[in-house]
Amino acid sequence: MCVALPCKLVEIDGNRGVAELGGSQVKMRLDLLPDAQVGDYVLVHAGFAIEKLDEEEAHKTLDVLDELGWWE
Amino acid sequence: MKFIQEYQNPEQVHRLAREIADVVSEPMSFMEVCGTHAHAVARYGLHELFPEQLGLISGPGCPVCVTPPEVIDAAVRLAQEGVWVAAFGDMMKVPGSQGTLSGVKAQGGQVRIVYSPMQSVEWAQENPGEQIVFMGVGFETTVPSVAVSIGEAKQLGLRNFSVLVAHRLIPPAMEVLVDQPDVQIDGFLCPGHVSAIIGSKPYQPLADGGIPCVVAGFEPLDILQGVYVLARMRQEGKARVANQYKRVVRREGNPVALAKIKEVFEVTDCRWRGLGVMPDSGLRLREEYEDFDAEKRFELDLLPVAEPPGCECGAILRGAKHPTDCGLFGSACRPDHPIGPCMVSSEGACAAVYRYERVEGD
Ligand code: SF4
Repeated sequence: MCVALPCKLVEIDGNRGVAELGGSQVKMRLDLLPDAQVGDYVLVHAGFAIEKLDEEEAHKTLDVLDELGWWE
Repeated sequence: MKFIQEYQNPEQVHRLAREIADVVSEPMSFMEVCGTHAHAVARYGLHELFPEQLGLISGPGCPVCVTPPEVIDAAVRLAQEGVWVAAFGDMMKVPGSQGTLSGVKAQGGQVRIVYSPMQSVEWAQENPGEQIVFMGVGFETTVPSVAVSIGEAKQLGLRNFSVLVAHRLIPPAMEVLVDQPDVQIDGFLCPGHVSAIIGSKPYQPLADGGIPCVVAGFEPLDILQGVYVLARMRQEGKARVANQYKRVVRREGNPVALAKIKEVFEVTDCRWRGLGVMPDSGLRLREEYEDFDAEKRFELDLLPVAEPPGCECGAILRGAKHPTDCGLFGSACRPDHPIGPCMVSSEGACAAVYRYERVEGD
């Protein structure tokens, strides 16, 4: 149930946003991500954007097997 | 970069599987505490890639599965009495002791599937003459959305909207699971989207207690990397918190979402289906929001009810048994005729195993 899909924000109007996902449009609320910008990839869950995706980190995960840099 | 296909590269998956085999030199057993992980592991057949010494067991991470039957009974009763009930689709077929929401809908009850709690607020706005109850099921991933929706209902002054709160919190459950005498947990694969909200910090006490924790995403590479790091930590005798899912999860989580939760809810002891009462593992509405508490509005009595005879969901949810250990699995209990909650939700351990791992004729 915690599935959340990454999609690209294409429109923002106050606390509402529209994103693109596989050719269709997804409406969402942005209350939990007030600093989201058009062009950001966001994770959408239960009609709300819950987090932004970080492209740089995404590449790093792909590049390395070495877990250096993962420690919290 | 679309953030999905990149993490499914078969070559890298197999390379990682070999690396995992190299570091697993003794029996190790890790728990994934998230139904979405369980589903992905089954779907991509990742168990096949693991060495024999490595066990990946499913935990209680399916919110639908751990919702106690008395909560479902209460929702069914409300719908029978003419209240309009809104719920996530996964909840519709979960059996309480008195039937399911889809059953009462078939008999003419007003039950609606929503994908967002906000839709139930809109439903209430459009139908001022009716009482609308939203079933508040879900972990930390879902709670902030429900909190915002309740806040909106309050702002709109809605008198006909309330929530049957059955939210559960993951880290307190992990603390209980790790102390079970009959289940060996050598590390946790921590839930990526719960962590998007709460961050990786709440797992630190577990690591301090000697249990490695890795926050991981949901694609094959994410899960394999997570397992690899857990195995490395075990091999090296280290226990720390690592975050494989940094593209989404920050150490402190989403502070806006956390503040919304705190504004509307407070922590309380809660009963989990199959697991019993766990301290500080659930939420209830704060006094300022109690007008939106369906339990209070309709004076509901949520007394524990018995589980269906023969169902092993309790043992499965705490990692002590595998779905195929249940005598009803695949015979009396199937996705088209589920007896226990683990067979209903696609994330339930029994449904995932039935769908992806069962060999015909088993
Ligand atoms: S197979 Fe069905 S009855 Fe058995 S544990 Fe799973 S859900 Fe319960």
